[in-house]
Amino acid sequence: MKLKEIVEKLNLEVATPASDLDRDVSGGYASDLLSDVMANSREGNVWVTMQIHQNIIAVASLKELAGIVVVNGRKPEQKVLAKAEQENIPVMLTGLQAFEIAGRLCELGIRGNTK
Amino acid sequence: MLKNLKMDLHVHTCLSPCGDLAMLPRRIASRARQQGLDAIAISDHNSAENVVAVRKAAEQEGVAVIGGIEVTSEEEVHILALFDDDEGLFELQRVIYDNLPGVNDEQAFGEQVLADEHDEVTGINDRLLIGATELSVDTIVDTIHSLGGLAIAAHIDRERFGIIGQLGFIPEGLALDGVEVAAEKRAQEEGSRVQGFKGSSPGTLGPSTPFPAITSSDAHFIDDIGRSSTVFLVEEATASEIGKALRNEDGRSILACS
Repeated sequence: MKLKEIVEKLNLEVATPASDLDRDVSGGYASDLLSDVMANSREGNVWVTMQIHQNIIAVASLKELAGIVVVNGRKPEQKVLAKAEQENIPVMLTGLQAFEIAGRLCELGIRGNTK
Repeated sequence: MLKNLKMDLHVHTCLSPCGDLAMLPRRIASRARQQGLDAIAISDHNSAENVVAVRKAAEQEGVAVIGGIEVTSEEEVHILALFDDDEGLFELQRVIYDNLPGVNDEQAFGEQVLADEHDEVTGINDRLLIGATELSVDTIVDTIHSLGGLAIAAHIDRERFGIIGQLGFIPEGLALDGVEVAAEKRAQEEGSRVQGFKGSSPGTLGPSTPFPAITSSDAHFIDDIGRSSTVFLVEEATASEIGKALRNEDGRSILACS
């Protein structure tokens, strides 16, 4: 599934309008521990987190993730979003909790990574 | 004149909910002397309310007490703040309290006991000291510096509440004065690992210059005090002298970590 379909179906707010949403999503990963995301997320994953520190952009870029969904109505600072656009990492916002958005992603057929 | 001073810069008291109730000012001071420490820093979670009592209790033991707080950032990163000036210390405490939601649940997290220099209980702090502030790690480091303190990333080798575990790597541009390695590892090894981590990290993650590393006990129980410590070559046991040692200024330096 393409990221832009997910954005439409889950009504996510795209905080980085300049980033490219026309990309395939390989699966999903949910974690707020960035060392864990660096170790266990996979290329093309959509990442669900409540972390808004600027390091999320570098981690998503390093791991070639499809995009970041920031939950609980939180929003990264403008300088973080600017960096995301520069690195072409889509950052999407939702008022939902991580548990709820992960459930809805699963309903759309997005799955966690298997070993 | 420069001296070798052995310090344990991360000691909790009974004010920390996870700190043992026996971590009372006189007992801490007495144990610090027995362990051959010249100085300790008192660094409770998000509060400095027992610092003055420990300092008074430690006077007769000949142990210097540096005022500190272990601040929890919104990313759940622990930063040690060390001050010579109590005004700066308590201003930081005020900023923390203004940004620390919640009330403590003694059953769940433990008691938060205020004590005086005679080990008499004087009160209970009911804030959620175990919680996270709503301040980013960058804001905390900037605030500590603006108030004249030192900012040291705590126990960076632990996954939980260490900056590397929480944020993957030390953010570029974060003006830390140093990093602390928990008791279970040696700082010199960790210092080289941190440098290696930066050197071998893909892309441009993290800062390009290494941080000086110290070790301390993160004591929550009396027997842990001084279990790990750092020997500094400094004129006196103050945060400003420690800052010089971390920067290798004016002949000050870190001599040994154990």
